[in-house]
Amino acid sequence: MNLLFYIFSGLMLLCAALVVANRHPVTSAMLLILVFFFMAGLFVLLEAFFLAVIQVLVYAGAVMVLFLFVMMLLDIRSSQIRRQNAPAMLAGLSVGFAFWVEFWLILRHSALPVGAPMNFDAGIRPIGKLLFSEFVLPFEITSLLLLAALVGVVLLSQKETR
Amino acid sequence: MMTEPMIAGLWTDTVSFFGVHAVAVVLLKIAVVLFALLGLVSYTVLAERRISAFIQDRLGPNRVGWFGLLQPVADSFKFLLKENVMPAHVNRIYYVLAPCIALAPALLTFIVIPFGNTLAGEPMVIANLNVGVLWMFSIASLGVYGIVLGGWASNSKYPFLGGIRSSAQMISYEISMGLSLIPVFMHVGSLNLTEIVNAQSHRWLFLHPNLFLAFLIFMISSFAETNRLPFDLPESEQELVGGYHTEYGSMKFALFFLAEYANMITASALMVTLFFGGWQVPFALPESLSHPVTWLAPFVFQPVGFVYILSFFLKMLLFLGVFIWIRWTLPRFRYDQLMNLGWKVFLPMALANVFVMGIWMALSV
Repeated sequence: MNLLFYIFSGLMLLCAALVVANRHPVTSAMLLILVFFFMAGLFVLLEAFFLAVIQVLVYAGAVMVLFLFVMMLLDIRSSQIRRQNAPAMLAGLSVGFAFWVEFWLILRHSALPVGAPMNFDAGIRPIGKLLFSEFVLPFEITSLLLLAALVGVVLLSQKETR
Repeated sequence: MMTEPMIAGLWTDTVSFFGVHAVAVVLLKIAVVLFALLGLVSYTVLAERRISAFIQDRLGPNRVGWFGLLQPVADSFKFLLKENVMPAHVNRIYYVLAPCIALAPALLTFIVIPFGNTLAGEPMVIANLNVGVLWMFSIASLGVYGIVLGGWASNSKYPFLGGIRSSAQMISYEISMGLSLIPVFMHVGSLNLTEIVNAQSHRWLFLHPNLFLAFLIFMISSFAETNRLPFDLPESEQELVGGYHTEYGSMKFALFFLAEYANMITASALMVTLFFGGWQVPFALPESLSHPVTWLAPFVFQPVGFVYILSFFLKMLLFLGVFIWIRWTLPRFRYDQLMNLGWKVFLPMALANVFVMGIWMALSV
């Protein structure tokens, strides 16, 4: 199982790096789908089958299809993409670095065992119970946020108001 | 990275974890199901051609073999031997990749379907997953990439329009399809397909009024998901030449074709499993058929197991027949009608169905 963990996470990191390094938008999207797959593999190793399936269903099966849909409609040619400019690169690197430091700090102080299988049931029933009892407020707030985003998109995509 | 001893080690681990017998049985089941599925696909194509001919008062292909029964063999040779043309203007990598991406999910989804009870003590399902139905949905939702990439990589306007249409259509109908099944899960209390079949040993689920509505929504949505008429907008011949596979020929076209029929078979199998008792034989309880010889199960050739597989197979053929019958009976929807039906009719209907089912269950407790 340990070997599989390294295979999945190694390939995931490789694909994630290629998502950024690649110049072709569609190829980047396809590589991101592979990243989601390997992440689902990691969930399977943790015996969280429901999360693994949802990962593929929601991200690879729905979100990325819409991404691809928009990319194809915009039809960005790789020749039209500007060469990278120094300020953008600097900003990206600093955000990445800050994120990395934060992540490292969280991991250092977390009580979670790293890389060990979870000692609780990650089935549908326990997750559903948690979502509708302890985390019901964040859950509902998230749904409101999504609704607001939806309304915003409808408003923005209207060519003329009435 | 992966050295020879490591792979060997992984293999030994797998075998020692599950046992040699279990691994061999799983491989055997995969091989049998895969061949049966591909065989059924090619004969469904023949059935479609013969039935369409019957509906249109023609004869259909009846020259190769007895009543045209060898036509699929001739067709497959034709596909394999044709020149493999690749147009000059396509994006080569995705053009070749797309048919493979279309076919692989179509074949992968079948592994969670229980196609029989037990045979020689082995459960007749390849992977008895607790998240069975969700696995089917997640893998089936990947099939759209094959179509979208095929349309986009062809670099030509009609395939592109077909790909765009297909992605919008499949995303829309996935929602009502998924929501329509929630009453089933509420009733059975499990996502595991084997448990759903076992729960139907006395009463098939479509007899329940809410679940009958769920079945109707699911069936019509699955027509849209498999890009079949009356919802075959992604390939509508009269507007888009052939839609996403206009630029494809020979075996690459055949892969798209196989994927469509494999999806149809899986959709039929899922409808049988969820609403029509799966492998259960109508009017015969499983107790009366199989259990007297349970202790002999691993040693004795059990015809009862075959009866269940045959029952499942016949029910599935019935639904395949419905798929074909509807294709040659109903005209195609317009695109706005398709979207209205998905978002303004089926989505609210499926949501209301979940609500009514909840009240029903609360009252009947």
